[in-house]
Amino acid sequence: MEQLMQVSLGAMFFLYLLSAIAFVMAVTGKGSRVGKEVHTRRWGRRGIILALIGIISNIIFIASRLMIGGHFTSNMFEFTSFLAFAIAVAFVVIFFIYRAISMGAFAMPLVVILLAYAINFPTEVEPLIPALQSYWLHIHVTTAALGEGALSVGFVAGLVYLIRWVGEDHSTRTAAWLEVVMAVILMFVGFVAASFTFGALDYQVTYKHVVDGQLMAQEYDMPPIAGPFDGELLESQTPFGWTQPFFEVPEWMKGENAASKFNSVLWSIIAGLILYGLLRLLFRKRVYEMLYPVVRKMNLENVDEVSYRAIAIGYPIFTLGALVFAMIWAHEAWGRFWGWDPKETWALITWLYYSAYLHFRLSRGWHGLKSAWMAVGGFLIIMINLIVVNFVFAGLHSYA
Amino acid sequence: MENTKCECGHNNPVGTALCEYCGKPLDEGGQKNRPLEMRYEGKARRSQTRTTSLVDRVWRFFSSVKVAVWLIVITLLLAVPGTFLPQENMVARPEVFYAQEYGAFGDLYYRLGLSNVYESPLFIALLSMIGISLVVCSLDRVIPLYKALKNQQTTKNIQFIQRQRVSCSQPMTEAEKSVMLDRLAEKLSRKRYRVSREGDSILAEKGRFSRWGPYINHIGLILFLLGVLLRFLVPGWYLDETVSIREGEVKKLPGVDYYLKNEQAKVEFYDQDEMPEGSEQSMVKEWKTEAVLYEKDPQTDKLQKVNEGSIVVNHPMKYGDLLLYQADFNTVTDAIVLDVKDKKTKETVGNFKVDLNNPQEKYRLDNGVEINILNYFPDFVMEGNQPTTKSENPNRPAFVFAVDSPKLDKPERSWLISGTDLDGIHQNNRYEIDLKNLETVHVSGLMVRIDKSLPIIFIGAGISVIGLAMGFFWYHRRVWLRWKEGTLYLGAHTNKNWFGLRRELEQVTEEADMPLQFTPQQK
Ligand code: HEM
Repeated sequence: MEQLMQVSLGAMFFLYLLSAIAFVMAVTGKGSRVGKEVHTRRWGRRGIILALIGIISNIIFIASRLMIGGHFTSNMFEFTSFLAFAIAVAFVVIFFIYRAISMGAFAMPLVVILLAYAINFPTEVEPLIPALQSYWLHIHVTTAALGEGALSVGFVAGLVYLIRWVGEDHSTRTAAWLEVVMAVILMFVGFVAASFTFGALDYQVTYKHVVDGQLMAQEYDMPPIAGPFDGELLESQTPFGWTQPFFEVPEWMKGENAASKFNSVLWSIIAGLILYGLLRLLFRKRVYEMLYPVVRKMNLENVDEVSYRAIAIGYPIFTLGALVFAMIWAHEAWGRFWGWDPKETWALITWLYYSAYLHFRLSRGWHGLKSAWMAVGGFLIIMINLIVVNFVFAGLHSYA
Repeated sequence: MENTKCECGHNNPVGTALCEYCGKPLDEGGQKNRPLEMRYEGKARRSQTRTTSLVDRVWRFFSSVKVAVWLIVITLLLAVPGTFLPQENMVARPEVFYAQEYGAFGDLYYRLGLSNVYESPLFIALLSMIGISLVVCSLDRVIPLYKALKNQQTTKNIQFIQRQRVSCSQPMTEAEKSVMLDRLAEKLSRKRYRVSREGDSILAEKGRFSRWGPYINHIGLILFLLGVLLRFLVPGWYLDETVSIREGEVKKLPGVDYYLKNEQAKVEFYDQDEMPEGSEQSMVKEWKTEAVLYEKDPQTDKLQKVNEGSIVVNHPMKYGDLLLYQADFNTVTDAIVLDVKDKKTKETVGNFKVDLNNPQEKYRLDNGVEINILNYFPDFVMEGNQPTTKSENPNRPAFVFAVDSPKLDKPERSWLISGTDLDGIHQNNRYEIDLKNLETVHVSGLMVRIDKSLPIIFIGAGISVIGLAMGFFWYHRRVWLRWKEGTLYLGAHTNKNWFGLRRELEQVTEEADMPLQFTPQQK
């Protein structure tokens, strides 16, 4: 069973990756022998079939994990990988409604990046603390994540809309902001790349330092650019001898592993900027211009509708999972259906945000460009709830 | 008064955008070629027709979607900073906590009221305004919408049909027309449209009920907010207390006339083989309290058992409206056993047990040795030079004893402070009092809850989700067909999913042997 779980995890990762590649091929390849039309259709079909097999392996993975530990949605790895699954499912649904091949070239890479990010966290099956021992855990988390998956596909379509809208005209503010979004996405990729690289090299150093009069150890799995305040090297295991930080974080950064997390953020930014620089040097174009050919043929009005549809599908599911089921469970587990814990509050913020989106769209002026930006903003909020709230704001839900 | 008579002869109320009868656009402001604004079928709404009195203006304010969205956005923005630091209900002494833990930022946070933002008047006012707005906007729109959809005419003005977002026209002779209309009607009803026919006109409609989705959703939200409001307004509807009960103890529950006995409190840990390899910590598997609930008989004052069972995290004990939750678990020292030693003979005189929650004044040992408790501090601290106790809980018990024995001229004083070595000050004493062992007991921390508005709240939430599903997973589609003077006109409207509507119409017309293209050029 353990082995089945590992194999299916590997399989789904590579299938998603291959699917992403197939979709990119579909929209970029010239298809000189068979003609563009046939080429796109052929590779689009390969992409969707790979995505479907990926989803099947993903289901096998979830099932085997359920059999081993009785649960599959309790920690950061499990939740993030399930969100990747939800995005894949939502994309497939949208694909079958709209046959939007070009969307696959964006949605499937997002699935791959998110899954790679998930694998960064400990993947062992852990037992559940008493508060999580409830069937509502499954019901609540799966529906919330499926809703978020659809909302994320709305983001992907919003991004496509923006890239298509900006086109070759770089003079607008939209163009500049879009490039910023691209750079931020690259930083996310950069984090994943950096942590895989240093993980593969088995890099680890530990510092000791004093927080509020208590001696603490802090582990780094990326080379220290910023060290803990007044930290001292405790032990190190490094293939290239980098154990001294360039500077120390200020004293007020004293939360649990704050310096190490801050250091990871620095690495994400640096790795993202390096990636960005390389892309610019290689292609001598802005990133969205590189992506433009992929979306050039798309009709703006249709992309707007795809984005809206995905959000319209995701919103009720998200409401049910992240608010209603969450409230029922909170009532059972903690004796109150609502407690303004950060995770809950951010679920409410996400919901209010999409409610505002839907009401804005009641007036015609908010269709199109503004909607697309709002879809991008919504995904940002989902990511804040996933990452920032878990690692920065203390709360009952904190996983790590 | 403006003239609102349509050319078809129908008299429309002021503020009507599309003639209620034939659909002809009435209020033309030089936008002849744009698709029609179909919202509320162009019906006049109260918020637009009556604008003079104060009530009208308040009504207009709360019925505006623009206002509603900004209320939602402001609420959302205000909710954000509340997540940065723990809220006041999570911390012990807010006045000092924020400044102490987070320095100047924490102090500012506390002073700005962000540490209790969700209970602030501003936040509650915003939620109330959203609630009012929900009621007003729904009333403002749902009635006109209902009337308009109920009284739809099959024959529509040609302009109305042509200016739909999806529309086209086709030259067609009088001879062809009736066959084609029949065929289209048949194909449309096969797509589950309800088709009505009137002369040379057809109206096909489906999924109208999805139009009520948003309003059902809004009603659910109103009910939800009402439930939250009621629990504050109606006395006895809401109770939120905590209680700690030691194993074996019977205690009155705060706020209600029930008593609870903690028969047994248990904690269970995961076995090593249930944990992932290499992890050293032990993890709690279950916290459990075996409890018996009693009610006091008002006549006899006797406790009568009304319920018993276990209270586990995620499985509260329920009795009527009363809910008891496992919230906390502690192991505390219940009693201490003390040894008394005669330093001269180096012999142990005996030992005695002090119940920390209920100590006796005097303990008699063998050979006439007697211990008096002069002073007891359950939770010992020094305040300046004065010994005192922080609380009634025996967290750090301290005693002043007087030891008397036939071998002494006068009683000796002796101090005992748990966790402190005091040998120095007892050098001249003959008898030494030492800790022999501690007896511990489990204490269950329970939440005592009553929330009578829960059914309203959850039913509201359920209705809201039903409304959402109705509104988002179904669509209201209408197709108008009319043949007039050698041309067949087709117009269609949907409240969402235009792509699907266009594709459906392409299929229908194809099947009826009149293939039409509605989709804009794309891939
Ligand atoms: C947090 C509170 C609210 C939520 C969650 C909410 C939710 C929704 C949803 C999901 C829709 C359907 C949107 C669509 O079909 O695209 C909707 C429609 C609507 N909402 Fe709200 N709403 C809220 C508050 C309000 C308020 C305060 C107003 C008052 C002006 C309002 C006015 C409307 C109107 C006029 C519609 C359109 C109805 C129709 O299409 O016939 N909403 N609302």
